[in-house]
Amino acid sequence: MSAISRTAGLRTGFLLVGAVVFIAALSLVWTPYPPAGINVAHRLQGPSLLHAFGTDALGRDVLSELIAGARVSLIVGIIAVVIGLGLGVALGLVAAAARGLVEDAIMKFCDFAFAFPALLVAILLSATYGPGIVNATIAIGVANAPIFAKLTRSAANGVLAREFALAARAAGRGPLAIAVDHVLPNIAPTLIVQATIQFAIAILAEAALSYLGLGAQPPMVSWGRMLADAQPWLMLAPRLSILPGLAVGLSVLGLNLLGDGMRDALDPKLRGRA
Amino acid sequence: MAAYALQRLLILIATLVFASFVIFGVLEILPGDAAQTMLGTSATPETVAALAHKLGLDKPFWLRYFDWISGALTGDFGLSYTYNSPIAPLIWERLKVSAPLALIAMALASAIALTMGVYAAERRGKGGDSAVMAASQLGLAIPSFWLGILLVLIFAVRLRIAPSGGFPGWSDPLKALEALALPAIALGVVQGAVLTRVTRSALVEALNEDFLRTARAKGLSARSALWRHALPNALPPVLTIMGLQFANLIAGAVVIENVFVLPGLGRLILQSINNRDVLVVENCVMGLAAFVIALNMAIDLAAAAIDPRLRARES
Repeated sequence: MSAISRTAGLRTGFLLVGAVVFIAALSLVWTPYPPAGINVAHRLQGPSLLHAFGTDALGRDVLSELIAGARVSLIVGIIAVVIGLGLGVALGLVAAAARGLVEDAIMKFCDFAFAFPALLVAILLSATYGPGIVNATIAIGVANAPIFAKLTRSAANGVLAREFALAARAAGRGPLAIAVDHVLPNIAPTLIVQATIQFAIAILAEAALSYLGLGAQPPMVSWGRMLADAQPWLMLAPRLSILPGLAVGLSVLGLNLLGDGMRDALDPKLRGRA
Repeated sequence: MAAYALQRLLILIATLVFASFVIFGVLEILPGDAAQTMLGTSATPETVAALAHKLGLDKPFWLRYFDWISGALTGDFGLSYTYNSPIAPLIWERLKVSAPLALIAMALASAIALTMGVYAAERRGKGGDSAVMAASQLGLAIPSFWLGILLVLIFAVRLRIAPSGGFPGWSDPLKALEALALPAIALGVVQGAVLTRVTRSALVEALNEDFLRTARAKGLSARSALWRHALPNALPPVLTIMGLQFANLIAGAVVIENVFVLPGLGRLILQSINNRDVLVVENCVMGLAAFVIALNMAIDLAAAAIDPRLRARES
């Protein structure tokens, strides 16, 4: 790909993500109507000056729901990434510092965990504790951990073999101090790029789980729930099924473009690859 | 190769045992009584105890684990609480929908990945490559279940040339395939987008290798060098990612089945969660995990068979 299209990707990603963050922040202080405000008298209205994107089957304002949905997606995404990063980086650092059997065991466990995508973890948690956004977020976060662990370990192994890390060890610093002071700052860019990609995956997973009824529960508004609510009205009001999906797609596209763009910018060797 | 296969088989068994520990542990040892969950909070202690006894939940956990595994090995997964029938035939009935759906979707994804990946790699750095990469970026961004909804909107609601959902059974195979077409496309296109990117980058890497220059120097055309030398070398990593992606494909299938109201494993799991039928969920999840783990081992073996270097390194 040419350099121009690459910066264009980064810029588009930045704009899309910025827009979603702005809309989510806006929802904290203002939505045209209360997003969960049911008004059956005005149900299934088409777009108008009063309701820019019309109303849904319960008379809720679709624009307000979309704005509030951005907040749910972002919060779930952020918490899930933080859980994944916390667990994954800790596991990866332990593996890299301990070497030997511990390292093997942790890495085998990560391989194993790839067989359990977020949805299966969420199914397990929902079956035991009942469905809900908290369980869904935990499930997505836990499912995020293995990729961060693998990434941290391989990057940390590289850093630990370098002179400054060896010098720190020779100077008597403990493994934890070396990990925090020397390894983490060096692998942070790699982790930030992966966190952006996992953020996108988390938004997709939240939408799917909420669509299945295993995520956000009423009256919480979420793009996935909007899609589930809209499906019986596919013939009468297709926009109800199209708009939330577009919102998910644009957010995920933005995050993916941003992640790819940052990776290219940080590591010229990777340019033109996947 | 035999030693390598034996080693992988031992790892497979160990992994399956570990998976059963995890699933059993999450569902049965962590706080939360399965019988209580099934009956809800309003149930009297007597009815909870009676159900627990009927399902064998009052035995110690290690005995329950042993019962579960020894039963599963002989094809007895226990009783479903809501359907009041053995679980094994229940799962088998649903697999007749889910397995073909996953296979058709995977075949479609592979076909997309191979054609688009080769097309983009042949034109790397040019317009065609950029177009394929942009399209795959879109494929990565849209949820497969939303694509399913859009397909219903276009082909079932507007054009009326495909059913919008439901499954007529395999007595009429043509009608059955018709019912699986849109869900398989929705799943396959999104997976295909992921695999296209992997195929392209593996091919681009192989095309830069010395042996490819040699192949061209001895007079092979660019195209036949790609098919005869670059592609076989690019295939093992693509296969590995394909195996890893299969877990995501199955997760996607669970959602898609609910879009198209297909009576598959995904809907059984969802219904069982709503009915709090913990034993059915446990067996379904174990079955899915076992399948993904076994498939990945099969792919490891296939990749080793294609690539002798991999075999030598691992054993």
